[in-house]
Amino acid sequence: MKILVPVKRAVDYNVKIRVKSDQTGIELANVKMSMNPFDEIAIEEATRLKEAGTASEIVAVTIGPDKAQETLRTAMAIGADRGILVQTDAPTDIGGVEPLAVAKTLKALVEKENPDLVIMGKQSIDDDSNQTGQMLAALLGWPQGTFASKVELADGSANVTREIDGGLETLSLKLPAIITTDLRLNEPRYAKLPDIMKAKKKQLDTMTPDELGVDYTPRLAVVSVKEPEERKGGGKVDSVDELVDKLKNEAKVI
Amino acid sequence: MPVLVIADHENNALRPATLNTVTAAAAIDSDVHVLVAGTDCTGAADEAAKITGVSKVLKADDACLNHLIAENIAPVIVSVADAYSHILAPASTFGKNVMPRAAALLDTQQISDIIKVIDADTFERPVYAGNAIATVKSSDAKKVITVRGTAFDAANAEGGSASIEDVGGVSDSGLTSFVGQELSESDRPELTAAKIVISGGRGVGSAENFALIEKLADKLGAAVGASRAAVDAGYVPNDYQVGQTGKVVAPELYIAIGISGAIQHLAGMKESKVIVAINKDEEAPIFNIADYGLVGDLFEVIPELESKL
Repeated sequence: MKILVPVKRAVDYNVKIRVKSDQTGIELANVKMSMNPFDEIAIEEATRLKEAGTASEIVAVTIGPDKAQETLRTAMAIGADRGILVQTDAPTDIGGVEPLAVAKTLKALVEKENPDLVIMGKQSIDDDSNQTGQMLAALLGWPQGTFASKVELADGSANVTREIDGGLETLSLKLPAIITTDLRLNEPRYAKLPDIMKAKKKQLDTMTPDELGVDYTPRLAVVSVKEPEERKGGGKVDSVDELVDKLKNEAKVI
Repeated sequence: MPVLVIADHENNALRPATLNTVTAAAAIDSDVHVLVAGTDCTGAADEAAKITGVSKVLKADDACLNHLIAENIAPVIVSVADAYSHILAPASTFGKNVMPRAAALLDTQQISDIIKVIDADTFERPVYAGNAIATVKSSDAKKVITVRGTAFDAANAEGGSASIEDVGGVSDSGLTSFVGQELSESDRPELTAAKIVISGGRGVGSAENFALIEKLADKLGAAVGASRAAVDAGYVPNDYQVGQTGKVVAPELYIAIGISGAIQHLAGMKESKVIVAINKDEEAPIFNIADYGLVGDLFEVIPELESKL
């Protein structure tokens, strides 16, 4: 079984982002970038399927600038066999390459690579759209197992347990299928130094959106990006009695 | 052109976020229709017909629409889409799952999780875990949108008398089948609809200790939430999680207990009207956004609080 894993280079989870003063976007110069955390879970899941003997090859794909090769190397250090960079200098967070364009790019790559399964993050932590996996499934006419917390492969199908409002739901998907990862699916490993060294020698191909016949012109124009309104807090009470009194008589919420 | 709301429902009843989505839809156009796609979903369709401001309900009732399977519902949305300029659904796990699938079939770039309607083309949505608000203007002829329920008031559930029209031509894609579900059994209100939410964090210390939070919640008729740290530690199930990757809540009163206040948690609750923080670490960032902070040991504070309420 061949698995395609799309990964994205995004602002690191721990960075406190700053809005650009001209309100056109987020300040990305000299900011630490990492693999989107949900995508790490995706590459980990694919790697576990390979280690279990279920998968035979893992291909990692990313869209972004030359620097996004680092993200592919990270994926290869965890377990991908090779990587494909679809090179673009358009922004990949907001106002640039949008989920529908990403899904069209991935569709073109799926048609080239013929994977049995695509495992990808449920959303990226920059634009927070949570769309690409579902869109790719639609364009391919494949089933989708979104927000997965458990994946079990059987002959020709995948049982996917999904995190839904109110609990969990399990669906059986006919392969080929798209799975998007939620946080509890697994805990990604830290790549070991020998694996990081080996990853540097793995095959990495570069393509352009044009070669794949995909147009990256945005459909959504970014009018402005602003800081959210600051919440004024910092009030303190000294005792439970004071708290109860304030909630009853000042805030009037109980 | 009218706008269409895709109902999130449990066949016999609507889920509350559908009402908030109707309010967002009405801010775009006064003519709002609702699609209820499900199995034996007359109950939900009847509820939709009573919502103030809804002029028509489309009902697609078929066995293959049970459990809101996206592969079967997305084509139903596409089949009625021609008549609408905008199609909206709540940004619940249902809406998040099905809407992008419909949007791609319509070749439309979806606008996720809107918090404000500026005009028919322009919307505000949070990005970067709510640390920035983007205003985006769509050039697509047809807009597909998911709505953050807590950002819009609930439409009046009574007062309307819309007609109900059946939608046919539903078919099973054969791609996906339902195997089973495990839903959290609880008499407490649903997290995103509750007036009071009490959440526990890593400071609670164990799954057993969470009973303290639950007891206090029951006294106040509150829903119980948790930080990601508490979920990761296995104290409570994942669907308790409040935060950017969990649920976004905005109750009248939010009580954060033993929660330090990581950015990702704040993104899920900072729109609450009144925030109370109880933590023994007076430097915890949660105090910076709390209206009423109480520095103290939660194991002493909670029983005392419970006895005095």
